[in-house]
Amino acid sequence: MSNTLFIDGQEIPFAPGQTIMDASLEAGIYIPHLCHKPGLTPHGSCKLCTVEVDGRSVSACTLPAAAGMKVDNNTPALQEVRKTLVQMLFVEGNHLCPTCSKTGDCTLQALGYHFGMLDGHFPPFYPRREVDASHPDLVLDRDRCVLCELCVRASREQDGKNVFAISGRGASAHIIVNTSSGKLGDSDLTLDDAAAHICPVGAILPKNHGCEVPFGRRTFDLHSVAESDVAHVGLQKTEHHDE
Amino acid sequence: MPKSLSSGAGQQPHDHLLHRLHDLQSRFLHIPPLEIAPLATELDLPVSQVESVIDFYSFFHRSPRGRFDILFSNCTSCGGLTLMQQLCGLLGVQPGVTRADGMVSIDQTSCVGMCDQGAAVLVNGRTLVRLTAAQLPHLAQLVNTATPLDEWPADWFAVQDNIRHAGLLLNDTLSAGDGLRAAVQAGADQLLAEIRQASLRGRGGAGFPTAMKWQFCRDATAPEHYVVCNADEGEPGTFKDRVLLHSYAQQVFEGMALCAYVIKAQHGFLYLRGEYRYLVPSLEATLDAMRTANLLGENILNQPGFNFDISIVLGAGAYICGEESALLESLEQKRGVPRVRPPFPVTHGYLGQPTVVDNVETLVAAVHIAVHGGEWFRAHGTAQSAGSKVFSVSGDCTAPGIYEYPFGISVQDLLEACGGQDAQAVQIGGPSGTLIGRAEFGRKLAFEDLATGGSIMIYSAQRDLLAVVRNFTHFFAHESCGFCTPCRVGTPLLRKYLDKIASGHGTVYDREEMARLGKLVKRRSHCGLGQTAANPLLDLLAKFPQVYAERLLHQDYEPFFNLDAALTTTRELTHRDDAEAHLS
Ligand SMILES: Cc1cc2nc3c(=O)[nH]c(=O)nc-3n(C[C@H](O)[C@H](O)[C@H](O)COP(=O)(O)O)c2cc1C
Ligand code: SF4
Ligand code: SF4
Ligand code: FES
Ligand code: FES
Repeated sequence: MSNTLFIDGQEIPFAPGQTIMDASLEAGIYIPHLCHKPGLTPHGSCKLCTVEVDGRSVSACTLPAAAGMKVDNNTPALQEVRKTLVQMLFVEGNHLCPTCSKTGDCTLQALGYHFGMLDGHFPPFYPRREVDASHPDLVLDRDRCVLCELCVRASREQDGKNVFAISGRGASAHIIVNTSSGKLGDSDLTLDDAAAHICPVGAILPKNHGCEVPFGRRTFDLHSVAESDVAHVGLQKTEHHDE
Repeated sequence: MPKSLSSGAGQQPHDHLLHRLHDLQSRFLHIPPLEIAPLATELDLPVSQVESVIDFYSFFHRSPRGRFDILFSNCTSCGGLTLMQQLCGLLGVQPGVTRADGMVSIDQTSCVGMCDQGAAVLVNGRTLVRLTAAQLPHLAQLVNTATPLDEWPADWFAVQDNIRHAGLLLNDTLSAGDGLRAAVQAGADQLLAEIRQASLRGRGGAGFPTAMKWQFCRDATAPEHYVVCNADEGEPGTFKDRVLLHSYAQQVFEGMALCAYVIKAQHGFLYLRGEYRYLVPSLEATLDAMRTANLLGENILNQPGFNFDISIVLGAGAYICGEESALLESLEQKRGVPRVRPPFPVTHGYLGQPTVVDNVETLVAAVHIAVHGGEWFRAHGTAQSAGSKVFSVSGDCTAPGIYEYPFGISVQDLLEACGGQDAQAVQIGGPSGTLIGRAEFGRKLAFEDLATGGSIMIYSAQRDLLAVVRNFTHFFAHESCGFCTPCRVGTPLLRKYLDKIASGHGTVYDREEMARLGKLVKRRSHCGLGQTAANPLLDLLAKFPQVYAERLLHQDYEPFFNLDAALTTTRELTHRDDAEAHLS
């Protein structure tokens, strides 16, 4: 049997060891994702990449592709599920987009646009979360953290450090810093680490860069999150990737 | 921590992070911040790992608990929240807030597995059963006089087995080593063949064929193999493993050794829920006796190279650690977060090595099969569910306790056996299982009909089923590990909807939204916890719709924001709780 699978009826190839997500990204097919970034160990927690294989709900970013697999991806029902999941992520944290310097470059927000989300829909949690401004170059604003663990993995797998971890349980799960003080300023995180730039939302932000690219001209003001060629969005680039 | 936990033949329990944290918690009544970094250094773990474990497990605290830390079960069977309020009154404390003199703290905790002899509480981790209102003044006095627990009335701590009906396993008197002797005589291949012949399926709930699991693990080549006995028994209403571990512990451990013999494991772990800590001394004594009898250790029963020993690892209040991959994470001194599968534990388990995780009862059944053969076992039960099942029966019946029957017994027959005929509803398999009403009492308890890990909770007509379902929904929100979005955010949202409806503020729209969200959580969550968390509220909707309908407001919309509730903080600050301080 040849190494191909079907995404919404379209036949695409895959290499042994690839996940459904790997194969479809390579073929230029967008499966929504938030906690996934090629090159890092797949995590499978946000569930935005939820697809259906033979009617079974699975995470595209973690499930190995198999020959002949029939995957439902872009169906109205699944888009509705994903929209609901994005709404859930919004109400869980404290996302005041108009005051957030990541706005326009934020993947969570972009997913909201993509699914036509107009409100948070559910009662907001208004959690109390700590802001850590102890680092000279970076700020950790937990209000916006979506617990994707991209920073955790980037630090361990790409930077060869171990700066971040998730602590706690259930709705009290939160990101922590691997220092005895728990402060980012005491960690060995530096501005050129992958972990310093990988946050898809505005939870880890460089200091001293506010509005170099004006609202309205930021990545997702000009592009859809589904465009496969949108380069990775690190925030506050002095040069916008379009210019 | 009992010293005995440091035994275990060259294995790590003595230095296990959970044990060290239990130790700190009981010495300092919390985990002192200054102890954390040195502990991390000593155990060679990142400090963030120690921090994250402290905050994951319910039994570790950041600020001091009382010298007497009293936790009331909030289960619908062994719970006693009214008693909790009374005791709070007697001792002058608020739930969750340590008394100013540091003497006492009182709080609630998830089901402690004493559903047949509630109300149950944990006092400094020790289990106290059959608590009644009449005892409370005495208990309060013992606390106020700082009387050590060893001087409290001994019968308060006397947990009973309450075996009401014994069957295939519980009636069968085996001597220590019978199973192992039969196994080494027949050989590992033959033992595995008998287990297959028996059609034994896992008793932890999922019903996976045990022989297949052992075979997969045996076939996986790796430096080490492990056997883990899942004694986390956290499903509310389940307590049969408690009884097996108390009165049949020899067979539990022998079952682990049988599995080790088949898969060629040298080490095994009993992962015991923290609530069953009182069982540790007797379990360690059984292990010692088995070592002396050469049923554990080196060259077991003089079989060259059959080396196997077991250590006990004690959990710390986290239902999710019963999920097998979360359990493995916990064994590896981490937060109990279920792993992504594949790969499965049979190939990538403890420390990445092939591992069998089996329920307590499954392992006990394996011993009987080793002795009597697969045909003997298969002659009982139904075609798809061979053998017997040990049920934990609790709730509104005259004789709660342990009932062992062949698979296939009807709910009605079981209700008659335990004096629960007046039930309006029965929760089969605990909150994660199925709620049924009278019309379904003819259904059979078996994998092919009503599957259950053993929890049978009975509700009479006097019970408010919405309160029951609300209790379960709170349980899941409290126990969600927080890994995946649907469950981490969905379970607290479902709790909000149910609270709103139960308090008389819900509308038809809320009920519909709750059902829509419930289906999403059920279908899209990462593990079995999220996938079952909405079962109670969806079952109630399908089978007892009037229970919701009676509580709904007849209007289109009512906001979640509740003005009266929003004034709570103000009332607290002004020390007012009179009628004037409330709206409506
Ligand atoms: C949330 C959750 C909790 C569980 N708790 C337990 C438990 O306490 N005891 C148990 O044996 N199995 C429990 N299980 C099932 C285990 O994951 C696993 O299937 C079982 O231990 C396998 O053993 P068995 O094949 O002998 O049944 C739980 C599963 C989930 C999803
Ligand atoms: S800080 Fe950002 S990258 Fe890290 S877990 Fe939170 S949202 Fe993800
Ligand atoms: S379903 Fe719940 S318990 Fe299971 S992984 Fe997701 S958050 Fe954790
Ligand atoms: S992208 Fe697959 S679960 Fe997050
Ligand atoms: S705009 Fe998304 S987190 Fe700030």
